Amino acid sequence: MRLTVNGKPQNYEDDPDMPLLWYLRDELRLTGTRFGCGAGLCGACTVHVNGQAVRSCQTRMGTLEAKTVLTIDALAEGGRLHPVQQAWITHNVPQCGYCQSGQIMQAAALLKTTPNPSDADIDRSMAGNICRCGTYQRIRAAIKTAAKGRA
Amino acid sequence: MMVVENISFNRRQFLGGLFSTGAFVVASRLVPAELLAQSSAAAILNTKADTAALHPSVYLGIEPDGTVFLVTHRSEMGTGIRTTLPLVAADELDADWSRCRIEQGVGDPRYGDQNTDGSRSIRDFYDAFRVAGASARSMLVTAAAAQLNVPAGELTTANHEVVHARSGRRVGYGALVPAAAKLAVPAKETLRFKPRTDWKFVGRETQIFDLTPIVNGTAQFGLDVQREGMVFASIEHPPVVGGTVRSMDNKAALAVKGVLQTETLDAPKPPLLFQSLGGVAVIGRNTWAVLQGRRRLKVEWNDGPNASYSSAAFRTAMLEKVRQPAKVARNLGNVDAEFAKGGTVIEAVYYTPMAAHASMEPPAAVAEFRDGKAEVWCPTQNPQAAQETVAAALGIDKSNVICHVTLLGGGFGRKSKPDYAAEAAVLARKLGRPVKVVWTREDDIRHDFYHTNAAVYHKATVDAKGRPTAWLKRSVFPPIASTFGVPAPMNFELNMGLDDSPFDVPNIRAENAGADAHVRIGWFRAVTNNFHAFALHSFADELAHAATRDPLEFLLDLLGPGKVIDLKAQGVDYTNYGAPIDKYPVDSRRLRRVLEVAGERSNWGKRKSGNGSGIGVAAHRSFNSYVASVVEVEVDRQGRVRIPRIDMVADPGVVINPDRVRAQFEGAAVMGVSLAMFGEITATKGRIDQRNFDGFRVARMNDAPIQVNVHFAESGDLPTGVGEPGVPPVIAALANAIYAATGRRVREMPFAKQKLV
Repeated sequence: MRLTVNGKPQNYEDDPDMPLLWYLRDELRLTGTRFGCGAGLCGACTVHVNGQAVRSCQTRMGTLEAKTVLTIDALAEGGRLHPVQQAWITHNVPQCGYCQSGQIMQAAALLKTTPNPSDADIDRSMAGNICRCGTYQRIRAAIKTAAKGRA
Repeated sequence: MMVVENISFNRRQFLGGLFSTGAFVVASRLVPAELLAQSSAAAILNTKADTAALHPSVYLGIEPDGTVFLVTHRSEMGTGIRTTLPLVAADELDADWSRCRIEQGVGDPRYGDQNTDGSRSIRDFYDAFRVAGASARSMLVTAAAAQLNVPAGELTTANHEVVHARSGRRVGYGALVPAAAKLAVPAKETLRFKPRTDWKFVGRETQIFDLTPIVNGTAQFGLDVQREGMVFASIEHPPVVGGTVRSMDNKAALAVKGVLQTETLDAPKPPLLFQSLGGVAVIGRNTWAVLQGRRRLKVEWNDGPNASYSSAAFRTAMLEKVRQPAKVARNLGNVDAEFAKGGTVIEAVYYTPMAAHASMEPPAAVAEFRDGKAEVWCPTQNPQAAQETVAAALGIDKSNVICHVTLLGGGFGRKSKPDYAAEAAVLARKLGRPVKVVWTREDDIRHDFYHTNAAVYHKATVDAKGRPTAWLKRSVFPPIASTFGVPAPMNFELNMGLDDSPFDVPNIRAENAGADAHVRIGWFRAVTNNFHAFALHSFADELAHAATRDPLEFLLDLLGPGKVIDLKAQGVDYTNYGAPIDKYPVDSRRLRRVLEVAGERSNWGKRKSGNGSGIGVAAHRSFNSYVASVVEVEVDRQGRVRIPRIDMVADPGVVINPDRVRAQFEGAAVMGVSLAMFGEITATKGRIDQRNFDGFRVARMNDAPIQVNVHFAESGDLPTGVGEPGVPPVIAALANAIYAATGRRVREMPFAKQKLV
C-alpha cells in the first residue's frame, strides 16, 4: 500500500495492524512523534491524517492507504515555524517538552477548524493531551496567541 | 548526616551506594575537580569544554574563535537547569550568550554530585558555576593586561570582550585564549565576583536552550536514541515485587513476525536498590513486534513474599497504628503534661494512598556492550547511579560504564532509579548488539518506585483563643529506606514536614512508626512533604475554624513573631535537605513573609467563602525554600471541583531565571492538584490495580487550575530549591478551600473520591 508521510510517498507492506506511531518512530525514524501511553489516553503521539488530528498509537497502518500523514517533524514549512510553534516559543510553554509535539499537533488541528477558539473549545479539544509538567495555562495562552496571529 | 552504626560491611556498602544516589541524605557535594581529574569516562569521552584551548573548569572551556562551551552535568527534565547553570557561568564571564554552547556531561565524578533531585542543582552548584565563569574572566583579563601593557585593574569586561576604557581599546575573548591558556587557574579566594547590580543574565528572562528543538520535534529524549544494528526489547516483569519466573512458554511470542528471541532476566537479590525486577524480555526488530510478542508470551510466576499485599487492608492497619505511640523524632516541652491538664482537645487522622510518577516519557534506555565495557544512553536523573547499577548488574567496574544523559521526558524522582538502564546493558551483553529497552505505560504504572501511602495523626490542646498549647503529630508509612534494605524511615523522611514544623507552640512532640513495604518505594516530587504537609496544614486550618478565626490570621499567629528555629535543641536529627543549617536555617520570619505577601496578592481579606466557593491557604518550608499557596475552588452540586485560581508566593532566595522558576511553581500547582484530586495507586494480591492513564488519573487541562499566579517574595538570600517546594502547600490549601466552600473536611486523598457535598 502507498501513503504519504510529510510530503514523501512511502510504500508499506508490513503488518497492517502496526500502529502508525511505531512505523513513524522505528521504521522512518521520525522520532518527533512521542510514545506516551499506547492506548489513546494521553495524546503525546498526535499527528495529522488528511488534516485531522489522530492518535498515531491507535491508527493501524492498514487504514492509511492513500492517506496523507503530517507529523511534528514537518509542521514547520521551509524552516518557517507554524504559528502554533511560534506561539509556543513566545509563551515559553515547554518544561520537559515531551508531550509538546502532541499538544502542538492537536492545537494546530483545532485552529484549522476553529480559528478563534473559546476557553470551552480549547478545553474540549485539548483535554485528551496530558502534560505531566503542568503547562496547561501556557498552552491555553499560546493557542490564543496563535489564533490572534492568524486572524 | 545520618550515622549508621552496628552494620555489616556489606550493609555499609549498600548504604554507601544509597548515600551517593539517594539524594536527601547527604552532602556529597562539590568535589574539587582538580582532585578528581582522573576519570575513566573522561579519558574516553571528553566534552568540548575539556578539549578547548582554555579550560579553567570542568564546566567551561573557550576556543580561540571565542566559542564558549558550558557543561551541564545535571539532568534536564523540565526545570530548565541545562540552561540555568550555564547562565550563571556566562554571567560571571561577561559572555555573549549567543556564542555559548551547552554540552551535556556524561556520568562522571569529576563534576561532583549529579543526582538531579532534591531541588538542589542551583543551591549546590551556583557557586561552582560562578567560580568557573570568574576564573575564565580573570585569566582573560590577566592575558589582556600583558597584551595591552596596562595594569589589570584598569580593565573591565563586557559582552565577550576585555575593555580598556582609558585608551578605548578592546580585545575579544577568543583572541586572548592562547595567552590565557598558558596562565595558572587562579585560586578561588582570589576571584572577584560581579556585584548583583552588574548581573546581565541572572535575574533576567532567558529562553531555554532546548526550546526550538522541543517545538519542532528534533529534541532527543531517551526513547529517541538510535544505534546502528540496534534491536528492541520489552520486558514482562513479575507482577508482584520479589516474584520470579516459574515457567515460561515463548512459542507463540517467537512466531510473531519481527520477534527474534526471548531472554530471562534475573530476579533482584535483596536489598532491591535500583536493580531490575527481572522477568522475561522479548527482543525484536521494532517496538510493535516486541509488544505483540509480549502479549503472546505465557509466563507463570512465583509471586514470593508480597503475594498477599492488599493496600486496602494495609490502609486499615496504618490508620490503627497511627493512633499508637511511636518513636519520638522531636520533643519540645512536655506534651503529655499539657494534655493531662484537660481542656479542649482536637484531633484528626489523615490518609494518602500511593501514587505513581507517570512521567510522560516512560523509562527507556539504549545500551551497547563491547570489550568488557558498557555504554548506555538514557533519560536519567542520576548518571552516576546508572553507572553503578549497570556495573553491578554486569559484574564489572563502574569505570567501565559510560552513561550518556539524554533529555528526560519528565522525571519527578522516578528517573533517579536506573533499573531500566541495567536491563538494557544486561541484554546488550547477552545479545552482542545494541538494545533499546522500551517500557510501556503499563510497565511504568505497575512497576514504579511509588510515592508511599501514609497515615498521619494530629492532636492538639488549645487555649481560650484556640491557639495550641500542646501539639502531637505522628506518621506511619513504608519508607523509602526499605528500597535500600533499611526497615525504618531515615531522618530525611521525617525532616520533611513531620518534625520540622516552624509553628511557635510551647509543647511539641513528633513521632513516627515505620511500616513494611510490599512494593518498591521511592522519592516523588516533594517526597514525604506531600502527606506530612497535607496533614499539618489541614490540621492548622481545622484549629483556625475550631476557634472561628480567619485561617490566614491564625497561621501568622501560630508562627509568632518569627525566628530562626533550632530544631537540634528539640531533639531533631535534622538533615536540612543536605544543606548546612548555618547557611540555610529554618527561619519562620520568611514563612511569615510569604504568607503576608500571599494575603496581599490574593486579596485574601476581600474574598468571601461559602455557597460552593471558597479559598484556602497553606505555607510550607521545604527544600530550604518558603512557599505559600492560596487556592480558590468552586464545588458544584454534584461535588465536582473547579479551580479558578491559585496564587503561589515563593521565597527561594536569589532567582536566577525567573520565567523558569515561575514555570516550576505553575507546574507544582498542577501536580499538587493532580495528586490531591486524583492520585491513587492501589494493590490487590501484591499486584498494582492501575495500568494506564484511565486507572491512574492525572490532571488534564479541564481539571487543572485555570489561572496560576506566581509571585516572588525574594529575600535575596542564597538560592534554594524551586522544583519541588511548590507542591506540598497546594495540596493542603486545596483541602482548606474545599472546606471553606462546602463545610466538608477532606482528610483523605484522592479528594475526587471523597464526598464533597
